[in-house]
Amino acid sequence: MKYIDEYRDAEAAKRYAEAIARITTRPWTLMELCGGQTHAIVKFGVDTLLPPEIRLVHGPGCPVCVTPIELIDKAIAIAERPEVIFCSFGDMLRVPGTQRDLLSVKAAGGDVRIVYSPLDALKIARAHPDRQVVFFAVGFETTAPANAMAVEQARRQNITNFSVLVSHVLVPPAMEAILGAPDNQVQGFLAAGHVCTVMGYTEYEPLAKRYRVPIVVTGFEPLDILQGVLMCVQQLEEGRTEVENQYSRSVRREGNELARQLVAQVFRIVPRTWRGVGPIPQSGLGLAKGYESFDAEQRFGVAAYTAEEPTECISGLIMRGVKRPFECPAFGTRCVPEHPLGAPMVSSEGACAAYYRYRPDAHREVIVIEQERGAL
Amino acid sequence: MNDRWSFTLSCPIPISDYPQILLAHGGGGKLMHQLIERMIVSTFHNPLLDVRHDSAVFESPGARLAFTTDSYVVRPLFFPGGDIGDLAVNGTVNDLAMCGARPLYLSVSFILEEGLPMETLWRVVQSMRRAADIAGVQLVTGDTKVVDRGKGDGIFITTAGVGAVRSELPIRPTSVRPGDVLLLNGDIGRHGIAIMAVREGLEFETAIESDTAPLADLVHALFDGGITIHCMRDLTRGGLASALVEIAEAADLHIHIDEQAIPVREDVRGACEILGLDPLYIANEGRFACFVPAAQAERALAIMRAHPLGENATVIGRVSDDRAGLVTMTSAIGASRIVDMLSGEQLPRIC
Repeated sequence: MKYIDEYRDAEAAKRYAEAIARITTRPWTLMELCGGQTHAIVKFGVDTLLPPEIRLVHGPGCPVCVTPIELIDKAIAIAERPEVIFCSFGDMLRVPGTQRDLLSVKAAGGDVRIVYSPLDALKIARAHPDRQVVFFAVGFETTAPANAMAVEQARRQNITNFSVLVSHVLVPPAMEAILGAPDNQVQGFLAAGHVCTVMGYTEYEPLAKRYRVPIVVTGFEPLDILQGVLMCVQQLEEGRTEVENQYSRSVRREGNELARQLVAQVFRIVPRTWRGVGPIPQSGLGLAKGYESFDAEQRFGVAAYTAEEPTECISGLIMRGVKRPFECPAFGTRCVPEHPLGAPMVSSEGACAAYYRYRPDAHREVIVIEQERGAL
Repeated sequence: MNDRWSFTLSCPIPISDYPQILLAHGGGGKLMHQLIERMIVSTFHNPLLDVRHDSAVFESPGARLAFTTDSYVVRPLFFPGGDIGDLAVNGTVNDLAMCGARPLYLSVSFILEEGLPMETLWRVVQSMRRAADIAGVQLVTGDTKVVDRGKGDGIFITTAGVGAVRSELPIRPTSVRPGDVLLLNGDIGRHGIAIMAVREGLEFETAIESDTAPLADLVHALFDGGITIHCMRDLTRGGLASALVEIAEAADLHIHIDEQAIPVREDVRGACEILGLDPLYIANEGRFACFVPAAQAERALAIMRAHPLGENATVIGRVSDDRAGLVTMTSAIGASRIVDMLSGEQLPRIC
């Protein structure tokens, strides 16, 4: 496939892996921020090509995983109402709330539909003026412009039976939370290419400076990731801490001006609780003044919901890169995709699910490697 | 209450996990397998059922027969490349063929929804007749029920089939041997993507057509050519990956495949990229995996390629006994990873 196969070339991958091995003189811990990158790393086995000194840890960039449990409960409460058509991206449907998930609501007769774009949900609202159509607006800066566009179109076309349940999160505050934690182990970041396509990367420049950490804006194909790792290791080995752009075929420093404007118009920055991580100030998006009437939480009276997370899940440690999925005692035993204890085991982008699917015996392999290195 | 009763009356699928049937219980992944294993196989188990193959094979005076059944629910009823009618014939024909049987007779049961246009049913019936003619099978008995409007999805069809087994050796996962070569008769992912494209209103430059086709003729071409087939599996729900995981587990052997060798059409790959789906898990209706001894692989491949349903046949993997029960794959960039079964259906990703 043109423009994809070029970035999955085995020969080039080998050359990049060799280049990384050549310049690496000591252990480095890098974090890829985006769940799409985590998925590609484990699916293609990118990490198995790296020298043993390079440790990749998986960041909080799976929107499904960080959506707080009370938001899932809110979604379920709304989706259960007979007048509601609840629209969502597919992978939110399996995420467990306190009691159950959206797929169970569907099985019990709720009108829950998978859509591929928020604009499809708007189309459904137009086609069913007698029903309430709610879109589950989750995701990072990447999905925010399309969601903003759906709300803006609803406002302009006066579609009053449409609303959004918003749980948008922002990357830079999460990076700051990771870097500021006393147990932080991350020495370099692969930033999420698609987030930066929208937002640019000027926000990362003060972070790189303040925390003395290299940040490489990186794409999602295996060669993108290998090149991102190479650029990051190069900086670390040379003692540089800059923001660099590996994904230049998609990302400009200033991002997509139109998309940013629309997001700034429809949304405002709000504090947000991250599943597994906890509350992070100024880390999410909520509807801005003038758009509150599209807020599903208000419309259906679920704003006050609270919920406790199951205590056994260590997703917070996983998403901050302190632990890897197979280091969790429940991984692959009490926690599997059919019975997830936490969201990272649900979404295909979740680090735990990616490991479970592609490396079910990862914990065994790692023990062997670490024994060989004399670590145990 | 005595222990025996409390034991046999308790539902083997813990009610706390899934008090209701989810769509995922029909998705071809782990949930479906758990349902079949814990509720059906454990209840009815007998030597024929316990083989867990696409058909049951048994001796009858003077002949070895294969017997199978399958239900067809598909929305929309008509899709590019096929419809529920030819699907209902081909699917059952293929389940028989996968056991090395020449399909002889089919039964058909229709569950029709009140209000279904007669014209629609006529088109489906005509399509079934054409498919049966092509597959050389006769439709010899049937039944029709009508349910209230809103209680069905237009038409549900159940077919059952009987076939005469040609092969001397049992064709099943436990017959797979280390050293066997794994053949695939063509590109994967088309049926699932064709259905999804119509159902979800996804538009591509050209329509992706289902690969639905009867495989019995191709299978018997292999027999005619003297190929000793160890195991076959049609790659329906759950796709290539789920079929191979099932076989590796049942055979307790290691199947290694090469991602680069698996043909996936350009438009199907594009659709999968956009939707965040993996073609390895997408349903096919005219594709099968075939395990043959290494010494016969070249010849088997040549026979497949000479048949219209195997023009793009390739060798995609090999069997060994070093990592029993596992399927592994060399990825496009040359790294190796494990291929597992999904828990339910693939769900499109957020971004």
